[in-house]
Amino acid sequence: MNTPILQISDLHAGLEDKPILRGLSLTVRPGEVHAIMGPNGSGKSTLAGVLAGREEYIVSGGSVLYKGQDLLEMEPEDRAREGLFLAFQYPVEIPGVSNTYFLRAALNAIRKHRGQPGIDPVNFIKLVRQKAAMVKMDEALVKRNLNEGFSGGEKKRNEIFHMAVLEPTLAILDETDSGLDIDALRSVAEGVNILRGPERAFVVITHYQRLLDYIVPDVVHVLVDGRIVRSGGKELALELEERGYAELEAQSRSENQPALAAG
Amino acid sequence: MNGRSAMSNAITMPPNPVASAQLEPFLADFRAFDSRQNGSEPLAVKQLRQAGIASLAATGFPSTRLEAWRLTDIDPILQGHYQHPVAAPTVDAAALIPHRLAGCASLVLVDGHFSADLSDLSGLSEGVWAGSLAEALRHPELLALETLGRIARFGDPAQAFVALSTAFVRDGAYLQVAPGKAIERPIQVLMLASGGSTVSYPRNLFVTGAASQLTVIETFVSLNESAHFSCPVTEIAVGPAANVDHYRVQKENRAAHHVASLVLRQDQNSVFNSHSVMHGGALVRNDVVALLEAEGVSCTLNGLYVVSGKQRVDNQMLVEHAKPHGYSHELYKGILDEEARANFLGKIHVHPGAQQTDAVQANRNLILSKGAIAHSNPQLEIFADDVKCTHGSTVGQLDPDAVFYLRSRGIGQEAARSILTYAFAADIVERIKVPALRTDLESFLFNLLPEGDVVRQMAI
Ligand SMILES: Nc1ncnc2c1ncn2[C@@H]1O[C@H](COP(=O)(O)OP(=O)(O)O)[C@@H](O)[C@H]1O
Ligand SMILES: [Mg+2]
Repeated sequence: MNTPILQISDLHAGLEDKPILRGLSLTVRPGEVHAIMGPNGSGKSTLAGVLAGREEYIVSGGSVLYKGQDLLEMEPEDRAREGLFLAFQYPVEIPGVSNTYFLRAALNAIRKHRGQPGIDPVNFIKLVRQKAAMVKMDEALVKRNLNEGFSGGEKKRNEIFHMAVLEPTLAILDETDSGLDIDALRSVAEGVNILRGPERAFVVITHYQRLLDYIVPDVVHVLVDGRIVRSGGKELALELEERGYAELEAQSRSENQPALAAG
Repeated sequence: MNGRSAMSNAITMPPNPVASAQLEPFLADFRAFDSRQNGSEPLAVKQLRQAGIASLAATGFPSTRLEAWRLTDIDPILQGHYQHPVAAPTVDAAALIPHRLAGCASLVLVDGHFSADLSDLSGLSEGVWAGSLAEALRHPELLALETLGRIARFGDPAQAFVALSTAFVRDGAYLQVAPGKAIERPIQVLMLASGGSTVSYPRNLFVTGAASQLTVIETFVSLNESAHFSCPVTEIAVGPAANVDHYRVQKENRAAHHVASLVLRQDQNSVFNSHSVMHGGALVRNDVVALLEAEGVSCTLNGLYVVSGKQRVDNQMLVEHAKPHGYSHELYKGILDEEARANFLGKIHVHPGAQQTDAVQANRNLILSKGAIAHSNPQLEIFADDVKCTHGSTVGQLDPDAVFYLRSRGIGQEAARSILTYAFAADIVERIKVPALRTDLESFLFNLLPEGDVVRQMAI
C-alpha cells in the first residue's frame, strides 16, 4: 500500500579491500521504528555510513531505494535535504563553527531544497529554544562551537537536538545511547518519541536492549557479519540481552564458511 | 666611519659580479636621489641614508645561502625595472574610498610621499602628533630625528632590504603620542602605489610616550594592476606602560612585490599587539622583529595570510626576549589554494638573564589544493633556565570527517569546505578590534570563498 521509506536489497558494501556488508536487505515503512542490534564490528556503522553517503565505502552490489529514489546516486547533502538524518556514533568536533548558526544554515539548506524561504531569525530562535527544552539540551551548549569540548553524552544529546530541529523523514541513530546515563537516555528517547508519527521512520542502532525500553521498536533485527540473521518483535531484544550474540555468530559462521574463507 | 667613504669603498669592491649587477640600478637611483635631496633634509638623515646604501653595497642582496632568505626567491624583484617617483603623483580621491576605514583618521602616502590633501587628521586628541615624517624630522621638539633608524637596524646581510629602504628615507608617516595620552580614534596609514612600475620606500615611525595608547592600521594597496615594488620599514617605540595596537593589511595587486620590515622596541610593562593580514602581492616578504628590551612586557603578534594562484608570502618573525618577565604570543595562520606558497620562519631568542619568559609561537597552515605548499620552521634559542617556551607548526588539509558531518546535515560540499576554511581563520578575525577593519576582512573572505553567502550567514 504505501511506498517504503527505505528499501535495501541484497546490499554488498565495504572498504576497498574488505567486504563488510554481505547481502543485507531491509524494508522500512512510514511510521515504523526498526532496531538494529549486533555485536561490535558486525557492520552497523557501515550500514549507517553507506546510507548517509560516506565516501570511503564502496558499494559492490545490491540497491537502496529511499522514498522510491536511488539513494546511492545522491550526494550526502541531497540525502539530508530529502529528509535523511544520521545521528553519528562519533559526532565531529568543529572549532570555529557555532552550533546554532550551523543548524540554521542546515535548516535553511533543507528549506531551500523544498522551495521554502529561509527561516526568519525570530522564529528560528523560538524553534531552537523549544527543541532544546524538548531534549533537555543546555542553552549554553546550543550557543557553543559545534561539539567542541562537549562531553560524550553532550555530543549525543546535540545530535538528537539537531534531529529535533531538522525533523527528518528517516532518522538513523547510530549507538546514540552508548555512554549515556539514564536521564540522558530518557531525553534522547523522548526526542524520538515526540517526532514519531505516520510520515516518519527510525532506524535505531544499538548495542543494548535498554534504549528499547524507552523507544519501543516495531521490528528488531540482528546484524551479524554484515547480514541480518534474525528479525523479530521487541521481545527479540530481550532474548538477545539474556543469551548474547555468541550463538547467532557461531551459526552465521558455519553457514558462511566459503564467504569467510574468501574474506 | 663616515658614510660617504664607506659607500665608495663598497661600490668599488662589490661582493661578486652578479651581486654588483643586481645592485647597480639601486645604486644609480641612489645617486640621483641623493643629489635631489641635497640640503633638504637634516644632516643626520643624510648620514643615515648613506650608511644604508653603504651597508647594502657591502652585503649585496641576500642570497638563498643565507638561512633567513633560504626559501625566499628575490630574483623577480631584482629583475624588475622600477621608476622612483620624485614627488607624490596626483591621485583621484575617489579611488581611495574603498580602502578607507570608517571611524578612523587617515594619513595617506602616495608612493611613499605624504599627501596632506588626501589625509584626514582632524579630531585627533591633544598630545597626538600625526603627519609627514619629512616634516616631523624638521621639528626639534618631536622625537622623530632622534628615534629614526635606532630601532630598525641593518648591517647584517640578512637585513639588506632594511638598508635599502633606509638609503631612500625621505617621507612616511610619523605618529607621536605624548605620555599619558590616548588617541581618540584609530589612525589608518594608507600606503598607495599610484600605478606604473614604481618603487616606494615608505618609512613609518610611531613613538608612544609612557602610559599612552595608540591604535594604528597600516594598509598597503595598489591603485591599478601594474607590477610595482614596495619596500617599507616601520619602526615602533612602545613607551613604558604604553599600549599599542597595530594592524597591517597587505592587499596590493597580484603583480606587486613587497618586502617589508616591522621592528618594534618595547619599554617596561608595555603591551604591544599586532595583527597582520596578507592577501595581496605576487611576492610578499614580511620581517617582524620584536625587541623586548625591558622587563614585564607583553607582545602579541598574530597574522593571517590567504593566498592563491602563484602568490608567494613569506613571514619571518624574530622575538628577542632580553629581559625577565616577558610574555610573547605569536599565532600565524595561512590558507593556501591553487599553487600558492608560504614560508614561515620564526625564532624566539631568550637571552641569558631573561628569566620567567613566557613565549608561545604557532604557525598553522591550511592547504586547499594539491599544488599549494607551505613550509614552517619555528625555532627556539633559549639561554635562560627558568622559562616557559613552546612552539608548534602544522600544515594540513580540511578534515574530511568534518566536511562529511556538515554535508550529512544538508550543507553543500562547497559550502561545507568554505565554512570550515572560514572557521580556520575565525580566531584571527575575531581578535581584530577595529570594527571597520574586521568587517573588511570578513567581506574579503566571504567574497573569496565559494558559497560565501552561506558562510556569511553563519558568521553573524
Ligand atoms: N573506515 C573504516 N576504516 C577501517 N575499518 C573500518 C572502517 N569502517 C568499518 N571498518 C571495519 O569494518 C568492520 C565493521 O565496522 P562497523 O560498521 O563500524 O561495525 P559496528 O558499528 O557494527 O561496530 C569492523 O571490522 C571495522 O573495523
Ligand atoms: Mg558502530
